[in-house]
Amino acid sequence: MLSYTLKRLLQAIPTMLIVITISFFLMRIAPGGPFDGERALPPEIEANLMAAYHLDEPLPMQYLRYMGNLLQGDFGPSFKYKDFSVTELIMQGFPVSLEIGGLAILLALLLGLPLGVIAALKRNSTIDYLVMGTALAGIAIPNFVIAPILALVFGVLLAWLPAGGWNGGALPNLVLPVIALSIQQIAYIARMMRASMIEVLGSHYIRTARAKGLAESQVIWRHALRPALLPVTSYLGPAVAGIITGSVVIEQIFGIPGIGRYFVQGALNRDYTLVMGTVVFYGALIVLMNLLVDLIYSALDPQIRHDD
Amino acid sequence: MFSHRFTRAALLAALMAGATQSAPAAVLQVGNGAEPGTLDPQKTNGVWETRITRALFERLVTYAADGSLVPGLAESWTISDDGTTYTFQLRQAEWSDGTPITADDAVFALRRLLKPAIASHNAKLYYPIKNARAINTGQAEPSELGVSAPDDHTLVIQLDEPTAYFLQALAMSEAAPLPRHLVEQAGDEWTRPGTMVSSGAFILREWRPQARIDLERNPHFYDADTVSLDGVTFYPIDDIGSALNRFRAGDLDISYSGVPASRFDWVKDNLGESLRVGPLVAEYFYMFNLRDGQPLADERVREALSLAVRREVITDRILGMGQRASYWYVPRATEGGTHGSLALAEQPMEQRLARAKRLMREAGYGPDNPLRVTLRYNTLEDHKKIAVAVAAMWKPLGVEVELINAEAAVHYATVNEGNFEIARYGMVATINDPYDFLNAYAEGGSAQRSTGYRNEDYDALVERSTRELDTERRAELMTRAEQMLLDDHALLPLYDYVSAHLVAPEVKGWQTTAIDVHPLRYIQLED
Repeated sequence: MLSYTLKRLLQAIPTMLIVITISFFLMRIAPGGPFDGERALPPEIEANLMAAYHLDEPLPMQYLRYMGNLLQGDFGPSFKYKDFSVTELIMQGFPVSLEIGGLAILLALLLGLPLGVIAALKRNSTIDYLVMGTALAGIAIPNFVIAPILALVFGVLLAWLPAGGWNGGALPNLVLPVIALSIQQIAYIARMMRASMIEVLGSHYIRTARAKGLAESQVIWRHALRPALLPVTSYLGPAVAGIITGSVVIEQIFGIPGIGRYFVQGALNRDYTLVMGTVVFYGALIVLMNLLVDLIYSALDPQIRHDD
Repeated sequence: MFSHRFTRAALLAALMAGATQSAPAAVLQVGNGAEPGTLDPQKTNGVWETRITRALFERLVTYAADGSLVPGLAESWTISDDGTTYTFQLRQAEWSDGTPITADDAVFALRRLLKPAIASHNAKLYYPIKNARAINTGQAEPSELGVSAPDDHTLVIQLDEPTAYFLQALAMSEAAPLPRHLVEQAGDEWTRPGTMVSSGAFILREWRPQARIDLERNPHFYDADTVSLDGVTFYPIDDIGSALNRFRAGDLDISYSGVPASRFDWVKDNLGESLRVGPLVAEYFYMFNLRDGQPLADERVREALSLAVRREVITDRILGMGQRASYWYVPRATEGGTHGSLALAEQPMEQRLARAKRLMREAGYGPDNPLRVTLRYNTLEDHKKIAVAVAAMWKPLGVEVELINAEAAVHYATVNEGNFEIARYGMVATINDPYDFLNAYAEGGSAQRSTGYRNEDYDALVERSTRELDTERRAELMTRAEQMLLDDHALLPLYDYVSAHLVAPEVKGWQTTAIDVHPLRYIQLED
């Protein structure tokens, strides 16, 4: 197991190098630069800015400079948020995104899994239609519609919860963003769980278990649940990486100081260093989450072993 | 974990309340349009930044509550007869750490402002100072700048030429004296909470990126006795809808995030006493590419396009926030402003359309040979609506418009490179003076470089007006310059911007101003 893990981590290095290199050059190919704004800068000023950020050097030179700094763990200064380094921005924002995203995933699992199982067991019943219909709505209605409605209803009209703001992560401030972030995930997980549960329930070994006269609850708990969790697990790997790195919509609407906004704002502002920082960070998380998924797989399914 | 967090927050609140003894602290909650990129006053580039830096750093000359200029750290000043030597007498004042503020701090700040490495966006406003341009372009040492401190409380600034707007430039937070003793020692880290030392009515207490910036009253401020607020908290809220929600929920006393155009009427009806709308020194116009070979190089075509645009339809039916239809270039709210005007403003629409059609025919366009142009705008619902409406207004002239939408960075890059035919542009003044606008079309100005406009008479007038210190004569010169641009139809003005903010009725001492400054030191919070 340990050697497998180490091998996978080593394999990730070339992957990350390719990701970083492609992102670096893609970013520079995009038209417009970090200093193109409503107020066009005089050439003298623009030259000063370009020099201050080494943008006046040839591109290969800039690439080498960036990679050199990266090796020392330095993501460089943000072009837009000049008083902070990219590392500081990510390190200050990530715990917030992790908290909101982690809670959303937890909520999604707590609600999505049982709902999916129930729908599968009561297949084609009213409950099934109700759960699946709601899930479909949950997937179809985008975040940027749900979030403002939640804020308006619970924050402004009923005034039960804050309409926005982080307030150091106080519980009342967490409720609405976590719900808004988890709705889609609940829906996805419920649908996926239902589908895989139905498939498992139709398999030979379940029929065997039932033929042996096992109680239905035992059939489900001991024999069906674990294999049915596999597809959900593989979905969760990249999904968790995506959710704990924040959602720009949720963060903007609820005023949450996470890192989700940096992905979008960084790109729109052509904040090269910030974009690269988020790409490296996100890439590394994806690699880690996928590794974690594979390790959980072997725990769920005895046929999958990583002993090599 | 939750309960722990919760108690900690409650404890903190209790501590804060305790710190200001029995009375509850008057802390103003401000929804700020965006997260500041920096609190270094010399590196700022947006109102969401200067709103904070102006509260932190007092300038030699500062803004009154109504936005007019009043003495700040300088108690008084004299300007030599030839208009090139400014001598300031600094008042007795202290940095927030108790160190005296001296003329040397002002010299240090101005030299730093012009260093190429600081890369200040607005450095050009200070080029009138002797050697400033050479320093900013790396051809001279900062020590050669025409500023000196004969004694601790006297500052002399030497200009190359008289410059009418120079005091306005000194009121910008870029020009604020800086705590030399700290900046030299702490380097780039000097703006951090706990490290920063400031001179304004407030000091920086905490900065949580993307969450909040807390300022508290500066007891060392020279006029601290008159400051009513105990503190100000800025929340970066870039989503206009959530700013409205949070204002309605009572979380914010002021929202600078704007009002959604689609909800404007609702806000007017339901939050009328909080809605503050006022004219801004900012202009919305369409830029024409005037280079040879371009379809808009033909003045007849430009005039025809301008004639056919019903500006009131745009301001009243599409925008409806009180924006003023514009037949000029320099916004009418500008101080010491101009009064140039397009001739077509006075003509009835039928007459305008008839003339427009005739001009198009003369220019060689007709049903068999329609004018095909591209109109570019950056992504925003209002820009799109306006572009669609304008394209429809040009239709009777047989003009076929291709609308091209791009995100802001691409749009402005395209415009700056001159790769456009017609482009939407918004020009916002940095100072309350026509200089920004007029200079943009003079040789080397931003609009001149984008559009290729060349008119030596115009350049000469702008230059003369900048050197003219007599207000009336200067307005006269600037009006002539503006009229020249308008007669050339170098651009197609659409409207003067307005500011629209939400200010709770408990907030007193807040005024709408043409350059959108609202000094926090004059604001009071009633129970």
